[in-house]
Amino acid sequence: MPRPHFDCNMTLPLLIEQVLNGLQAGVMLFLMAAGLTLIFGVMGLINLAHGSLYMIGAFFAAAVAAWSGSFLLGLVAALAGAAFAGALIERVVIRRLYGRDHLDQVLATFALILIFSEGTRWLFGSFPLYLDAPDALSKPIALPFGILYPAYRLAIIGVGLAVALGLFWLIGRTRLGIRIRAGENDREMIAALGVDIDRLYTMVFALGAALAGLAGALVGAIQSVQVGMGEPVLILAFVVIVIGGIGSIKGALIGALLVGLTDTLGGVFLPQLFKLFMEPAAATQTGASLASMAIYILMALVLIWRPTGLFGARA
Amino acid sequence: MTEPVLETRAITKSFGALKASDAVSLDLRPGEIHAIIGPNGAGKSTLIGQISGALVPDSGAVFLDGEDVTALPPQVRARKGLARSFQISQLAMEDSVLQNALLGALGAGGSPWRFFRPALSDRPLRERAEAALARVGLTEQAARVTAELSHGQRRLLEVAVALTMAPKVFVMDEPMAGLGTEGSAALTRLLDQLRHEAPILLVEHDMDAVFALADRISVLVYGRVIATGTVEEIRANRAVQDAYLGGET
Amino acid sequence: MSREAVINAVVVAGLVLVPLWAVWADEPFTITLATRAVVLALAAVGLNLALGLGGLVSLGHAVFFGIGGYAMGVLASHAQSYTPLMEWPVLIEGTKSMPIIWLVSIVASALVALVIGSVSLRTSGVYFIMITLAFGQMFFFFTISWAAYGGEDGLSIYVRNGFPGLNTLVPIQFYGLCLVVLLVVLVFCSALARSPFGLALNAARQAPERVQAVGLDPFRLRLVAFVISGAITGLAGALFADLARFVSPTMFSWQLSGEIMVFIIIGGVARLFGPVVGAVLFVMLEHWLGGLSDYWHVFLGLLLLGIVLFAKGGLIGVLAGKARAHD
Repeated sequence: MPRPHFDCNMTLPLLIEQVLNGLQAGVMLFLMAAGLTLIFGVMGLINLAHGSLYMIGAFFAAAVAAWSGSFLLGLVAALAGAAFAGALIERVVIRRLYGRDHLDQVLATFALILIFSEGTRWLFGSFPLYLDAPDALSKPIALPFGILYPAYRLAIIGVGLAVALGLFWLIGRTRLGIRIRAGENDREMIAALGVDIDRLYTMVFALGAALAGLAGALVGAIQSVQVGMGEPVLILAFVVIVIGGIGSIKGALIGALLVGLTDTLGGVFLPQLFKLFMEPAAATQTGASLASMAIYILMALVLIWRPTGLFGARA
Repeated sequence: MTEPVLETRAITKSFGALKASDAVSLDLRPGEIHAIIGPNGAGKSTLIGQISGALVPDSGAVFLDGEDVTALPPQVRARKGLARSFQISQLAMEDSVLQNALLGALGAGGSPWRFFRPALSDRPLRERAEAALARVGLTEQAARVTAELSHGQRRLLEVAVALTMAPKVFVMDEPMAGLGTEGSAALTRLLDQLRHEAPILLVEHDMDAVFALADRISVLVYGRVIATGTVEEIRANRAVQDAYLGGET
Repeated sequence: MSREAVINAVVVAGLVLVPLWAVWADEPFTITLATRAVVLALAAVGLNLALGLGGLVSLGHAVFFGIGGYAMGVLASHAQSYTPLMEWPVLIEGTKSMPIIWLVSIVASALVALVIGSVSLRTSGVYFIMITLAFGQMFFFFTISWAAYGGEDGLSIYVRNGFPGLNTLVPIQFYGLCLVVLLVVLVFCSALARSPFGLALNAARQAPERVQAVGLDPFRLRLVAFVISGAITGLAGALFADLARFVSPTMFSWQLSGEIMVFIIIGGVARLFGPVVGAVLFVMLEHWLGGLSDYWHVFLGLLLLGIVLFAKGGLIGVLAGKARAHD
């Protein structure tokens, strides 16, 4: 993800700014990873089209915000639009995949990516759309140590953490959460409890879709909104899940923050680190190459240590 | 007394609060059939898992032919002479019956690191596989796809795959399950001969088969061996009657 | 002869005759399309070994395609600029010779497959899918940041590399070379499927516990299969780079990994010629539908969805009338 440029002279403010950037990337990844891991945990489905739902959220937000002039309305549209798209594909396609093997799930959801990506390009063209952050949040905020940090990014961190808390509450404390947890453990049991499984599955899928759509809309105001924006984030979310452990919301949160911070800090500090003992041009090159691989190396290390992730059930 | 071929020394395995194996010590001597019986949930599967290597005990040790194999994975134990059959058939269902038997021969007598010549044209391998199929009476089914076999035929194929390995020890997990009276009788006759090739640790629910075959019986209840002895001793044992036999009849 | 064998024979005949017709009719573009189909088929044949026989749903096979491509790109770019690859500790020069480039591609992609396989095969199921996908992305971003070899822009190789005794600049000769490579690999794969190794690998997919119980290690079987599979796809990458005379990070992209898998599904999983039929059909669709609409991927997506949901077994499965391949 592109980052704002900073002057690299002062170390502590730089570090704080970069940590905030890493947090911001991390909480957005969490929104993606939480939905994916929930859908896998409850329905046993690997959904490659989750990145498309992220993109759909961003396009709804950009289109509605441009039409109405209200960012907030755009955000609502993103949530509703992604949730609706999620519920729709669950009813039409995904539902047929629950009992199938992973290969079928991968292929069918890959097909959905093709359909959604090209369909969106058909509707909106290949040029990126732009979504502006709301006026109230457009100015930087002064933090201690003389740091000026974009208010919008702080707000994103806040929203992300709030959603994380809300999810933990939902899963841990509500009737829906009890059903979801029961569904993870034993499908027949929840059927015996008289829960309508079909509806539960649609709801869980729509919930995951809404989270992805929210992330797409929020990030859309920092980056441009375009076709293909979802898949790189999807793959990062997979890395998050592999690190955190499949099916664990807590693992998704920890993994997302780890990945967000490693990616952001690595990109800034690895080249600096190499400058200590290499000539600047070579250091920048080596540092940048290594930084681009940092999170995957992190993933590999976690896997060697714990093949089922930090919070995954032992196989 | 002769050295046991297979021995467990006080193996213990817990899943959370449940002690599935509680200091289980057993041995299997040359030429014998040692049956393990016990009610459902007594920890028979956990025991087999630790003997075959699928599970690692929390404490205690497993010896195969005098060697401590506690830390070795299943495939290494198999190569050292331990052949097992599964309670729920573990067969390559899309492959032919002969191919499944070849697989067993491959693990014991061949190398899988050959990439060019067809496995079917490896004479020694094929003869070994066909001999095993003949012994369980599956010769005529050899070319069929395994998925088409009846339940009973699959049980026999399980045994045949173990036979191809020419092992030092057989560990059989309910080989009679789901066989009709006739099938059970045939398999009982086969196991009766087999004990002279390699001793058999037999987990079995079919009491007729157990009483007909076993040289010794161990009774497992709640993860513990409550009695070991000959058929007569076990029949006469009060604790066994209370805990198990009494409850069943 | 079974119906599948008839289909296979027809496919081979088509692959030989159609380009010859194109030479006669002076349709060089058809030869280029056919070459593209054959090379992509080779990549998918590589994946089919891991996927069909081994049951390994690798969503990162573009890695090996890219490694093969970059092996060609790096060697040939040094040869065309007359600069050595390295001078210390040993002098290594670039080369424009296909046999050497192929060898390097195969060895390099096999080594990368060994490393990726060692990590990812410790897991299974969805983990394996996600991890292979992630490693693909790692190489994608690495090559983008690798400025020495073109970074995001990639590398152009101005003249196609040479093969002893052939003029590879003549399209039909290069096509013939690619086709021979494909057929040789198909013969190898067909032998492998029947070999002791193939038997054990296939069983490890269906009943891993049984394979362990007879004394074989499923992990090692899968790792070797993954390495062979990666090497074949790597070789395809080198040929693809020579066809395009260009390599870029997109050779590592996740879309390509997905497409390689799609070829197999369209044709039929675990069938010897499944990937070939799939790749040929894909290239034809790409050409025809792509000519009709810029958004032809929508139709490809719908077709794929239809096959996955309703026609398991792919095109060969439908034509041969069996849902799944048995040997």
